[in-house]
Amino acid sequence: MSLKRLLLPAAITAAVMSPFTSVAISQANAASIDATSVNQHYADIAEAVFADSLTTAKQLQQAINTFLKAPTEANLKTAREAWIAARVPYQQSEVYRFGNAIVDDWEGKVNAWPLDEGLIDYVDGSSYGTESDINAWYSANIIANPSLKIGGETVDAGTIDKTLLAETLHEIDGVEANVATGYHAIEFLLWGQDLNGTKPGAGNRPATDFDTNNCSNGNCDRRAAYLKAATDLLIDDLTEMANNWKQGGDARQQLAAKGELGGLATITTGMGSLSYGELAGERTKLGLMLHDPEEEHDCFSDNTHWSHFYDALGIRNAYLGEYSRVDGTQVKGPSLSALAQAANPALDEKMRAHLDTTQAAAQAMVDAAAKGETFDVLIAAGNTEGNARVQAFVDALTAQTQVLEEVMAELGISDVELEGSDSLDNPSAVLGG
Amino acid sequence: MTRCALSLTGWLSLWLASCTSPAAMAVAAKPDRAMPGPSFSAAERQAFMQPVDGLPFAQRMNFVLGQAIFEKLWVSSPSSTTASDGLGPLYNARSCLRCHINNGRGVPPDEQGSRNRNGLLIRLGIPGEEHLGPQGVTPEPRYGTQLQTFAVTGMPAEAGIELTYQTHQVELNDEAPVELRQPVYRLVNPGYGDFHPQLQLSPRLAPAMIGLGLLELIPDADILALADPDDRNGDGISGRANRVYHPDQNSYRLGRFGWKAGQPDLRLQNASALNTDIGISNPDFPAPGGDCTPAQNACLQAPNGNTDAQDGLEASAEMMEMLLFYTRHLAVPPRRQLDAPEVQSGEQVFTAIGCSQCHTPSHRTGPAPDRPALGNRTIRPYTDLLLHDMGEGLADRRPEFAATGREWRTPPLWGLGRHAAVSGERALLHDGRARTLTEAILWHGGEAEAARERFRQLTPHQRTQLISFLESL
Repeated sequence: MSLKRLLLPAAITAAVMSPFTSVAISQANAASIDATSVNQHYADIAEAVFADSLTTAKQLQQAINTFLKAPTEANLKTAREAWIAARVPYQQSEVYRFGNAIVDDWEGKVNAWPLDEGLIDYVDGSSYGTESDINAWYSANIIANPSLKIGGETVDAGTIDKTLLAETLHEIDGVEANVATGYHAIEFLLWGQDLNGTKPGAGNRPATDFDTNNCSNGNCDRRAAYLKAATDLLIDDLTEMANNWKQGGDARQQLAAKGELGGLATITTGMGSLSYGELAGERTKLGLMLHDPEEEHDCFSDNTHWSHFYDALGIRNAYLGEYSRVDGTQVKGPSLSALAQAANPALDEKMRAHLDTTQAAAQAMVDAAAKGETFDVLIAAGNTEGNARVQAFVDALTAQTQVLEEVMAELGISDVELEGSDSLDNPSAVLGG
Repeated sequence: MTRCALSLTGWLSLWLASCTSPAAMAVAAKPDRAMPGPSFSAAERQAFMQPVDGLPFAQRMNFVLGQAIFEKLWVSSPSSTTASDGLGPLYNARSCLRCHINNGRGVPPDEQGSRNRNGLLIRLGIPGEEHLGPQGVTPEPRYGTQLQTFAVTGMPAEAGIELTYQTHQVELNDEAPVELRQPVYRLVNPGYGDFHPQLQLSPRLAPAMIGLGLLELIPDADILALADPDDRNGDGISGRANRVYHPDQNSYRLGRFGWKAGQPDLRLQNASALNTDIGISNPDFPAPGGDCTPAQNACLQAPNGNTDAQDGLEASAEMMEMLLFYTRHLAVPPRRQLDAPEVQSGEQVFTAIGCSQCHTPSHRTGPAPDRPALGNRTIRPYTDLLLHDMGEGLADRRPEFAATGREWRTPPLWGLGRHAAVSGERALLHDGRARTLTEAILWHGGEAEAARERFRQLTPHQRTQLISFLESL
């Protein structure tokens, strides 16, 4: 547990009463909303969204266990669907990553990207042309090798289990190298490489890759062990984070310790950092600029459009104080929007309009994917219309970030210094004094 | 297990010890790291990650994209992510950020050999004249120009670095003596056979990334005007310009970046680091195997990440352009306590004892129509960007272009007060041996010996003032 056993403002204890009951906030009483209840409700949504992430991951675990017992194509399909469903709440949790150090520090274990897939399992050599006619490296992976050199060090991978993944491989090559675990490792094992480039089609791994009686591509027992261990580990990690957001949990305490304005700054930092730098920049514009089919999330499953949609929705949730749970329950309560509305109704309206525009742009990518134009197809060189559709999403996220900065200024939180997060804006810097 | 080891001390006692037992070579270790300092706020830790003032919102996206590339974790080939693969096969780190901690200085290995402290790399060479040619060094025949301590799955790394320190005391006027520590490097578990018997090692710590776009814009003429290669003014300080290879027009130009000013501009500095440290091919350094040598055939034959989508390389011209934009536009944080009397007196001491003779306080950047936020600015980096003989204690004995084995480029001092917050600890000089500003000053020899002696003769109060000034930077 964290050493940060910090003082809780009395308001937090007072607000413990009803985290999940729907509290309708009308325009009329918006002015009575205080920052503490907004921060409290932000934590309530986190509790719900991480609990949902855990629930859907357990469903994924169940589907994978069923599949590993009976490795049929039908069971593989069910497992893949469970993975896609598990991404729905998880992606909406990403807005909590920025601003909350406890989430950001943990995130690498569950959502690390890019994945060093060749470290995990076989990869296709043929798509890499004639420059590499030696095939030795294509089998230098954990699943095929009980003992191998990783980062120049010999690793005993005789038994593939959670310990190997979490402890031996975890920091094998420095602290960020969590490439062996998380959603994307599971995704790779369920789908395999997407070898279609910027053409339609996702990864297409056969179910027999896990069939020890009729094994394709070798080492099916070790591949199954890897998939099971990675999935079990994901459950452990999500359980930890879901607990952090329960009443009295570490994440709530750290948030409360930041005080009223610090809490609001946490919310907006999360929104802004995800919106601009991470989602618009790193996860979308970069791939568009490089026309790289896989400079994106969810590259094996071709689920990136949904991944982006729910990232954006998470930003919207954080502003509106709303979240639609996987069981259909609506969580609604005191919001940043209500605070902004009380201070400057026109600005709040503008912010809402921008969030809507972003969601529409995300929806346009989802619609395109339904017609076969997944994200990797949209960003292909020469796909002018597709490129424009993706650029519209980038532009909407960029514009909403600028308006968010106005909201922050209006609420007096532009200069609040925040522990453990990238700052959204440029503090005054001079040219060397 | 018997390990083949190579040792070097910075005191120039270089010797080869084939298969010597570690115990026989070990130098008595002593705890040398200060306890972890007070915790720093996010703003303090991220002080080197901010864009310069005056960057239009529209250009902020270039900054974000460049940052994404700077922080990108490269993965080995082949993988599905064609814009992120191509790591190695031999490498020092998987991302730029890995060594440039929070865009600040790296930290050297500790004596326990923790694997996450890889901010120090070791350049290699052997005696010869090739350092005057385009490579700037005569490479070690098997291991190339640099020691890569990591390798992709299935391949051996070149070697491990074991670092210990030998300590000695230096007296100060009217104050307790200061302990200095001299690094001793041992290369253990060589993966590709014996090293050349006359191997030269040049340890280099990752420098801070701030203000590089400004240093790049100091006009050549202004730097050359400070040079005094034959010490005609008789002040004991020469100041020499490095002349280094530039592939554009196949020419030699003023060296400006790197510990020995071995790179002429930021574009080539980035490109060279990406290729040699991470193993990524790019337009200026197209070898996909990075520093693989012909003696490392498996390395040369390993799959690479060259793809049509990236101009047939692992990092496209566009990617390098974004990286260049980012590295040019990282702001130097504001100075602190500028008006404090201690700080102002400290700067007077700084000048009086001769520090400013090489650590030139200010420059004016030239015009740069494509970089409006950087051009025509007065800056205060405290460097002349010239090479100086720094004496035996710091010498690496490995020439690089025109720089001798005793010369180092004057490093800028801006940001000096922030390294502990940004990188988590303070590790100064080219190899991180100095734990405090006082230690760093006391290592100055050669042309800086007279200034160092004046520092030793200062009163304790004057030294405190000087340190206050340096901390304000």
